[in-house]
Amino acid sequence: MKNKNLYNYILGIADNSLILGQRLGELCGHGPSLETDIACTNMSLDLLGQVRSYYQYGAKIAGDGRTEDDIAMLRKEREYFNVLLVEQPNTDFGYTMARQFLFDVYHFLMLTELEKSTDLNLSAIAKKSIKEVSYHKRFSSDWIKRLGDGTEESHKRIQTAINDLWTYTDELFHQTEADKAMVAEGVGVDVTKLKDAYYEEVNAVLEEATLSVPESKYFQKGGKQGIHTEHMGYLLADLQYMQRTYPNMEW
Amino acid sequence: MSNKKNWPLWEVFVRSKNGLEHRHFGSLHAADAEMALENARDVYTRRNEGVSIWVVESKHITASNPEHNGELFEPAQDKVYRHPTFYDLPDDVKHM
Repeated sequence: MKNKNLYNYILGIADNSLILGQRLGELCGHGPSLETDIACTNMSLDLLGQVRSYYQYGAKIAGDGRTEDDIAMLRKEREYFNVLLVEQPNTDFGYTMARQFLFDVYHFLMLTELEKSTDLNLSAIAKKSIKEVSYHKRFSSDWIKRLGDGTEESHKRIQTAINDLWTYTDELFHQTEADKAMVAEGVGVDVTKLKDAYYEEVNAVLEEATLSVPESKYFQKGGKQGIHTEHMGYLLADLQYMQRTYPNMEW
Repeated sequence: MSNKKNWPLWEVFVRSKNGLEHRHFGSLHAADAEMALENARDVYTRRNEGVSIWVVESKHITASNPEHNGELFEPAQDKVYRHPTFYDLPDDVKHM
């Protein structure tokens, strides 16, 4: 492949949205209330819509006959480059919202920079996605505040979720080889520069939610290199079931 | 949510286009006005149905009592002359 770095860079961004979209989609019909159920499914569909644009572009770059569907559905676990955060399970509504919030703040900052990319395709996708993600961030931030500043039980649960997921936040700001190459070309976003703004915003919301900011300095990484947590295999088994069982099926 | 009975009911009004009036779209549960707006956005406008949303807590709506329908509405049934349709309008008057 001629432009391997660009291709991998696109996957890095798209896979985050695909896997988080899959997680949110799992809640379809299982949300805690009709209203939040539909809200989570809406966000899932927003993310999957973004993913299509990225993979269509990726398929064009790859130029080896693979379609957006092949790229989305037929890779093996080690070939997905999403961060570990987005593959974490929907343990309860606290975990679902904590994961969403911790990703949304990053996602919004990243897209704001990606909109300035010299790559017009990526810039256009970022511009279209940013309004959706702006709403996701508003929704998840509101829920962090409601749960944190809610009842004793909701406070305890959302704090537990934030504490558990905190260890996956640092990876958001790690650069891959593809990242470095794309930043040098003015195409990619330098994620290392988003870190301060990210923690500032996250900490402010946690404080307003009467939650404490976890102090742990031990962070997990690996997703960006394709080394995933034990949850990823199960998620892919669900996601890829149809294509694996009935290869090339369409509907 | 086990204590969802604690979430009050809200009525949702959506304006589907600028220039049209808000119309009643349905109802939903939410803890407060802000959540009601977000829920209304997700439940009632996700297929591009609207440009503006109003929410009002259902308890703030005063409704007529169906038992009083007789005295409230029936007297109007045989008074068709209350429609201003018995006047001859000059041709120059348009849009009436």
